[in-house]
Parts: sequence; C-alpha cells; structure tokens
Amino acid sequence: MEQLVYKKPESVKDDFKVSFCPGCDHGVAYKILAEVLDELGVREKTIGVASVGCSVFSYDYFNVDMIEAPHGRALAVATGVKRSKPDKVVYTYQGDGDLASIGMGETIHAMTRGEKVTAICINNTTYGMTGGQGGPTTLIGQVTTTTPKGRMVEQSGYPIKISEILKEVDGTAFVARVSLDTPAAIMNAKKCIKKAFEVQLKGLGAGFVEILATCPTNWKMTPQEAHERVRTQMAEVFKLGIFKDRLSEAQ
Amino acid sequence: MSRKKQLLKGNYAIAQAAIEAGCQSYFGYPITPQSEIGEYLSEKMPENGRVFVAAESEVAAINMLLGAGSTGVKAMTSSSSCAVALMQEGLSFIAGDEIPCVLVSVMRGGPGLGYIYPSQGDYFQATKGGGNGDYKIVTYAPSSVQECIDLTYKCFYVSQKYRTPVCLLADGMLGQMMEPAIVGEYPYEEIDQSSWALDGAKNREARYIASIDREQESLRKRVVKLFEKYNQILGNENLFEKYEIDGAKLVITAFGSIARIAKAAVKKARKNGLKVGLFRPILINPFPEKIVADIAQKVDGILDIELNCGQMLQDIKSSVAGITTIPIEFFGRPAGMMMTVEEIYEQIEKTYKKIVEKKYGTACI
Repeated sequence: MEQLVYKKPESVKDDFKVSFCPGCDHGVAYKILAEVLDELGVREKTIGVASVGCSVFSYDYFNVDMIEAPHGRALAVATGVKRSKPDKVVYTYQGDGDLASIGMGETIHAMTRGEKVTAICINNTTYGMTGGQGGPTTLIGQVTTTTPKGRMVEQSGYPIKISEILKEVDGTAFVARVSLDTPAAIMNAKKCIKKAFEVQLKGLGAGFVEILATCPTNWKMTPQEAHERVRTQMAEVFKLGIFKDRLSEAQ
Repeated sequence: MSRKKQLLKGNYAIAQAAIEAGCQSYFGYPITPQSEIGEYLSEKMPENGRVFVAAESEVAAINMLLGAGSTGVKAMTSSSSCAVALMQEGLSFIAGDEIPCVLVSVMRGGPGLGYIYPSQGDYFQATKGGGNGDYKIVTYAPSSVQECIDLTYKCFYVSQKYRTPVCLLADGMLGQMMEPAIVGEYPYEEIDQSSWALDGAKNREARYIASIDREQESLRKRVVKLFEKYNQILGNENLFEKYEIDGAKLVITAFGSIARIAKAAVKKARKNGLKVGLFRPILINPFPEKIVADIAQKVDGILDIELNCGQMLQDIKSSVAGITTIPIEFFGRPAGMMMTVEEIYEQIEKTYKKIVEKKYGTACI
C-alpha cells in the first residue's frame, strides 16, 4: 500500500525554478517558508515582496502574488502593500546586503512603525549574486573580493548584528536568529518563521527572522565546510536564539 | 466638502482633490513648499478611512507608493525638487512595472537645496527624469488653483486607465497662493484594476510584478509597449491652451504659473496692436510636438518664457527642427523672482520688433 509521506507545498509553483548554487541554503529557506504559508492556510491571501540579490527570482518559486522591490526597499514596498490591503499577509525575503546595508533605513523604520509584516533575512556574510564582495555582515578577518586581506576593523568596522538591533525596536513582535546546518536547526527555523507570521496575523507587530546561511561558491568551500563555518565562526559572532517573542508573552 | 466657489490655497486644493478622486493611500515626507499637502491629508485621510503614512524619507515614500499602487488602489505622494530627485529610482521601477500612481511635484528653486521660491527648474526632472532606462513620467502642469484640482483628477484617471505613474507639476507659487476655485466631483469613470492587481492568488494563477526581464526580446517588447502607451496618452489625453494664435506673427510658449502672467502680457500686446498669441501645453510629457510644429509653420517667430534657463525650450526647438527655421527666442529667469506682466510685455515688444523687422522691414512696425 502506498502512503503519502510528503508532497510539494501548494505555496510552491508546479513549474518552480531555482537558480541557486549547490550547497546554498536559500533553497531550504524557500521550502520551509512555503511550508509555513501552507500550514497557516494563508497562501491565497499572501503578497510577497522580492528583493535584489540572489533572492530576486523568488517569484519563480513561490506560488503567491509577488512584487519586486528596488534594492533595499522591500520593507517600504511591503508597507505600501499592507497598509493598502490590511487583510492580506505580506512578507519580504531579503539578503543581508539588501536588508541591513542599502535598506537599513527602510528596515528600521518599517519595524519601528510596527508594520504588520514578516521579514525573512538571509545572512550569508557576503554579496552573493555580484560575486562575493564584503558586506555589512562580513566577519572580521573574512576574505572576500573587496576584503582581499580579510575584513579589517580599521578599514571596514564591524559586522552588523541585525537581530540584536531589531529586538530593541518597539514595533517588532518576534525576532529570532536561526541556522539551517542540521535537520534540528531546520525544524527550529521553520518554527520561528511560523511565529514571525503568527505575530503578523495576530496584529502584534512586525515579525523578523534572520537566517544564517551558506554561500559555498563565494566562500570557496564545500557544502559541508560551509555548514561547519555557519556552526562555528558565524554562530560565534551572530548568536542563535529567539530575541523577542510577544506571542509567548501574550499567551 | 462644499461644491461652491471658495478661496483655496493650491496645496490644500490638491490634497482635497486627491480625497475627492478616491485616493486610498498617501505617503509623504515634509518639504517646503508642499508640506501643507501632507499636513492636510494626515487629518483627512484617516477621517475618511484611508491611509496616511509619514514616510521616513522620500526614498521610502516612493517605494511605499510602488507597493500600494501594485494592489490597484489609487495612491499618491507629494514632494518637491531636491526630494523628488530622491524618488527617481522608484519612479523608474514604477514606470517599468506599469503601476498606476500619482506624484505631485511642487517645484522650488535649485540646484541642491536652492530655496523655496517658485521655479520651473524641474521641467527636465519631470519630463526627462533621473531614473534609469527608457520610460516617461506622464506630466500635467497646472497654472491656477482650479487647474490644480482638475488636473489632480486627470492625473488619477490617466494613471489608472493607462497603468502608468503620472505627475502633477506645480510650483511654489501655485502651492502657496490662494484664489477662488471649486472642488467639483471626480468627473471620470472608475477603471477596474482587478485583471492585474495583487490581491492574493485565490482561484487564479499567482501574479508577479517586476521590472526585471531576463530575455532580451521580452525586455525590448516591454519597452516598446511603454512607448506605444505614451503615444496613446498623447493622442487621447492631451490638454493645452491656445490663446489668440490665429493671425499671430509671434507666439509665446510657456507652461504652468508663468504662462498665466505671459497671457496677461499677451492681452496687453493685442490691445496695443501687436499680433501675438500664446500656446500653453498642459500635458508637457509626452510633449505635443506636432501641435507646436503646426503653430510654428504659421508664425514668424516663437518666444519661449520660463522660470528657468531654458528647459521646455529644448522641446520647442526639437518640435520644429527640420520643419521651419523661424527664430526661437527665449526669456527666462531661474529661481527667485516671478516675472511681472510688464517685464514680459517689454520682452514681447522687443522680440516682436526684432522678428517682424527682419521679415517686413521697419516701415511695417
């Protein structure tokens, strides 16, 4: 007898396309985000906002209405969508360069206004799509195409800690940093993404999940080495955990 | 809102017209000389169950507009000069995405911070744009408070009908002055946006709105389609004023606030026997080249008058290039001081003599 153990989420297109490199965590993040939309039963009223970077083509994957934002402006676009259609579920899917460098102004202010939206940020410590340049989250000592001798504090300052900043912002209702380096971590990440949507659905404020993710191509590592780097070097600087959870506080 | 004639300030008139037009969402950041628009709407939009968001910057405001417009609601932002400069990237995306929305641009003097005096220094900004790629922002230029109202309606209608951003290009004089005007009812039909707008993929395929296009041929077609649309708008939605053009030897070209001062000078010239007319384009982008060319073929010269160093002048010249070689003179003044009727009249008289003398000799004057 056949038994269905898993099926493609409705929130993933039948003819979906992904263009990610082998070992990249974007694909896993996509999948658990789509599963969350299915499980919450909100696919048909969801409007997603794509950003600029490797995440730009997310409308090739997600079976929901989507709009592309200019680089860094996803949370301003999301504000315009959500305020105009408050009964819709609105999320952004952005990289760390998009959300925390060029778009930090829009990020902080949308979160401070307590927009009822969910933001998912892929932090891979580099600008992936343009070929691995140093970005706002690049670790001290990390070699990139624009930090050939490793990121030096005197020259480039420090990596920005997005979740720690956003937890201090009054308008956020859920803030967590997760990783995707083990099956348990993936399950936890999915739980956090779900909560980041639940605070939106309950009108508690903005939900935010920062995902520590691999970029094996630009890191010049195997997928295994890349996940090891997430576990050790990245998680050491960017502490994993739930920083704020108004959902639990409310219960 | 009373439908009677009342004394209204330009900025308030624009704001109330936006409400009458059914504007659902407004996003803005303060800048003189248009701040009254946001102040007024911060009270009136929530009162009417609509959206007002004080954006953290003009960059955010234009992108909120992008998001709001993508859901098919009528949406608007307003700003001025150095701040409209910050919106150019967003405007390029909005044009490429074919998202309907309205930008009210109340010009002040520049470059840089310049100052809050009336100016027409942003004709180029509005009509040529600072965003990347092949696109146009459809632009209407009012010259009175009544036109601020009527053209705000027109901007919403054209934006929704053709799915394109439309700009109302006013200036500090129009924004700040008070004159009698009637806020009439929104006169246009409502355009259904449900065939494309984002509202959730229920019982239909998911939609996406994006300017990115990976196929060369597809991108080419997309841009060609935009320009076909601009041609349709020029054909169907053109507005202009012709005054005393028939039999004129000299035609004044001017737009916006300065055009009404020029009109008073033209009246005076006619009274004094000078055969002078006025052409005022109201739709300034796409530019009515053919109409200008037709007029140019029937007159001996054109005098273009602007509150800048000669911006619409370039469109006038390119309209008549290869069609006629009549002299095209320019009288302009960058930001700071409005011209008086007398100053414009003197310039008209001087130009008239020069142009007519050349053609008919002094005896004819």
